[in-house]
Amino acid sequence: METKTIRNNEQSTSKGIRISGSEAVVRSLIAEGVDVLYGYPGGAIMPVYDELFKFQNEIHHVLTRHEQGATHAAQGYARISGKVGVAMATSGPGATNLITGIADAQIDSTPMVCITGQVGSHLLGSDAFQETDIVGISTPVTKWNHQVTKASEIPEVIAKAFYIAKSGRPGPVLIDITKDAQFEEFDFKYEKCTGIRSYKPIPETNPTDLQAAADLINNAKKPLVVWGQGVILGEAEAEFKAVIEKAGLPSAWTILGASAIPSTHPLNVGMVGMHGNYAPNVLTNECDVLIAIGMRFDDRVTGNLATYAKQAKVIHFEIDPAEVDKNVKTDVAVLGNSKDTLAAILPLLKENLHTDWHQKFKDLYQVEFDKVIKNDLHPTKEGLSMGEVLKEINMQSKGKAAIVSDVGQHQMIACRYADFNVSKSNITSGGLGTMGFALPAAIGAKMGAPERDVVMIAGDGGYQMTIQELGTIFQTKVPVKIVVLNNNFLGMVRQWQQLFFDKRYASTEMENPDFVAIARGYHINAKSVSKREDLASAVKEMMETEGPYFLEVMVEKEDNVFPMIPTGASVSDVRLE
Amino acid sequence: MSENKLYTVSIYTENNIGLLNRISAIFQRRHINIESINSSVSEIENVSKWTIVVKLTEDQMKKIIGQIEKQVEVIKAYYHTEEETIYQESCLFKIKSDLLFEERQIQNIIKESNARIVTVNKAFFVLEKSGRRSEIELLHRELSAFGILQFTRSGRIAVTKTPMEISKMLETFQH
Ligand SMILES: Cc1ncc(C[n+]2csc(CCOP(=O)(O)OP(=O)(O)O)c2C)c(N)n1
Ligand SMILES: [Mg+2]
Repeated sequence: METKTIRNNEQSTSKGIRISGSEAVVRSLIAEGVDVLYGYPGGAIMPVYDELFKFQNEIHHVLTRHEQGATHAAQGYARISGKVGVAMATSGPGATNLITGIADAQIDSTPMVCITGQVGSHLLGSDAFQETDIVGISTPVTKWNHQVTKASEIPEVIAKAFYIAKSGRPGPVLIDITKDAQFEEFDFKYEKCTGIRSYKPIPETNPTDLQAAADLINNAKKPLVVWGQGVILGEAEAEFKAVIEKAGLPSAWTILGASAIPSTHPLNVGMVGMHGNYAPNVLTNECDVLIAIGMRFDDRVTGNLATYAKQAKVIHFEIDPAEVDKNVKTDVAVLGNSKDTLAAILPLLKENLHTDWHQKFKDLYQVEFDKVIKNDLHPTKEGLSMGEVLKEINMQSKGKAAIVSDVGQHQMIACRYADFNVSKSNITSGGLGTMGFALPAAIGAKMGAPERDVVMIAGDGGYQMTIQELGTIFQTKVPVKIVVLNNNFLGMVRQWQQLFFDKRYASTEMENPDFVAIARGYHINAKSVSKREDLASAVKEMMETEGPYFLEVMVEKEDNVFPMIPTGASVSDVRLE
Repeated sequence: MSENKLYTVSIYTENNIGLLNRISAIFQRRHINIESINSSVSEIENVSKWTIVVKLTEDQMKKIIGQIEKQVEVIKAYYHTEEETIYQESCLFKIKSDLLFEERQIQNIIKESNARIVTVNKAFFVLEKSGRRSEIELLHRELSAFGILQFTRSGRIAVTKTPMEISKMLETFQH
């Protein structure tokens, strides 16, 4: 390390220092402020790994146990820190293993840079060993991608990659670097990217639209805000809170919007969508002005579009012009970054309370509480419910934990019942619904915010899709709390089979291994509970343990998640049982 | 829902190999067939221009333009109706040379259609015609009767009646 730096200084000229492409990759990452990256080595990326070895005091590479795990870890890191996550893999199978995570990051707007090694440029197109057209394969699921065949391109392309991944509506970027470009030497100099002429990350805000939006809000009798991740990505939590408090706007969230304001905030009326709360779903079809902020009207949020908020005027605050009118026709679109547009509209808004309208949300909450929530959180059955586990975690983490959930019933329960009191606390795969996301994402999340408690919640199904990342946890000692809510079923699919396929449980019942033994095999403290009286002490032990901890909770096998908007139904036809 | 119409899409882009994939995928995902596609330099140095003809509803068209414009290397995308553009296609016919001398009628067809003879040799001659699709189709029908050795038609190229604001946009960009 020491000698290396000296040698480089000796050789540095006004043009830069003469180094290899692979060293340039590592130096570029360091120049972008990358402190940790996740990946897996192999032939075509070995020169870069060799440099990572030399620079290990400046940049920490985490060896995951599968490249998919590297992408999800990078995503978890990005989602909790707001910084760009970085994943690295070799060519061929290493590169294709990244695709699920890239697609997940694309649909959930997560800033991520993936770097793949590629066969030598003279072999491109020849079906060489471990050659795969990863640029072609990743095109539909990346915000941008590029293949580098000359070392001299590396600094500029990496600078561009970070700029594109993070700016505007964030997303994943892939850079594929041929092996000869990694070996080639050139004069390295790094400059950050500050603009690309064909790319406008933030559209201009039209003051007329702002005024029109303010007029609609000021004249509304029954306004409803639905906010999404755009508030968090825009770091607009404070501006958002100020706007809804001034105008007295009941506000509901999409899954990815969760935690932008605390769960306990009086204007927070809960989650919208398929398994969202009763009041905001039903009242979507009663409000007179629907104010969408940084959300994209996903079909899991809207149900049947033909009957979605037809009575309402729609305002859409949005950074991505392609989202406007994509699914729901808007009356006023306010383009721009949420932080700026919300700050700009604040002085135009009148103070308001909307007391009667708020009462409706409270009344419908009571209906949901009596029919659903009471049973979920205070079950009278013998078997444990997923909800009561969440309640216990809330209590013992004082509602401050970041919850990293997988996909399925437990995810919906986690989103419904976790207390979110700190922004960026709900890390889950929303748009793609990727089972296997949680365990590696929790690793990245804990590394991205070491000061926070990170509690992973997975089902017995999804947990086994990336279970090998226990090896990463063991090796790095990253103190994540791993909770598996075991119903011995692919529960969410089983629920649909029960409701819509006459209880034909095709391939959803699972015989599971001894999860505690597996965790212990990786030298992780582990426990399994199946009785209510053991739950609190087990959660306590988990939260108080210094290092990583695995807790399996055997839950009721055939519980269902309600409320539920069946596919194709209207949001106001949300079922409570 | 509005009806399907022909639209001419003009896309100004940076020169980039992968972009064609990105753009065509946007149409493909929605099962929209590309009627024709043409790529060339544009009026601006180092900026490419693609002209794509598609048949779809205006509502679909607007959404697709948004998704095209959001690609990093797309500078600007526009769509126009038939009435808003001046457009042409071009085609080539390869025909046996004997026919040129044996069939008087062929010479008349060539004259009346404003087609141009590009080359003639002993074996064959090549005829070029630019115009609207209907004119090219008419000529094709007329010549088919005598036998066509080879035929090919280009994608549409088009300019708009109103100005495109693209140059101004690029001027404002500071790099
Ligand atoms: C990679 C992947 N494959 C399949 C699915 C479809 N799917 C959604 S939820 C689910 C069941 C999840 O089961 P489990 O992890 O045990 O969670 P539970 O619903 O029981 O809480 C399945 C199979 C998916 N979302 N992702
Ligand atoms: Mg399960």
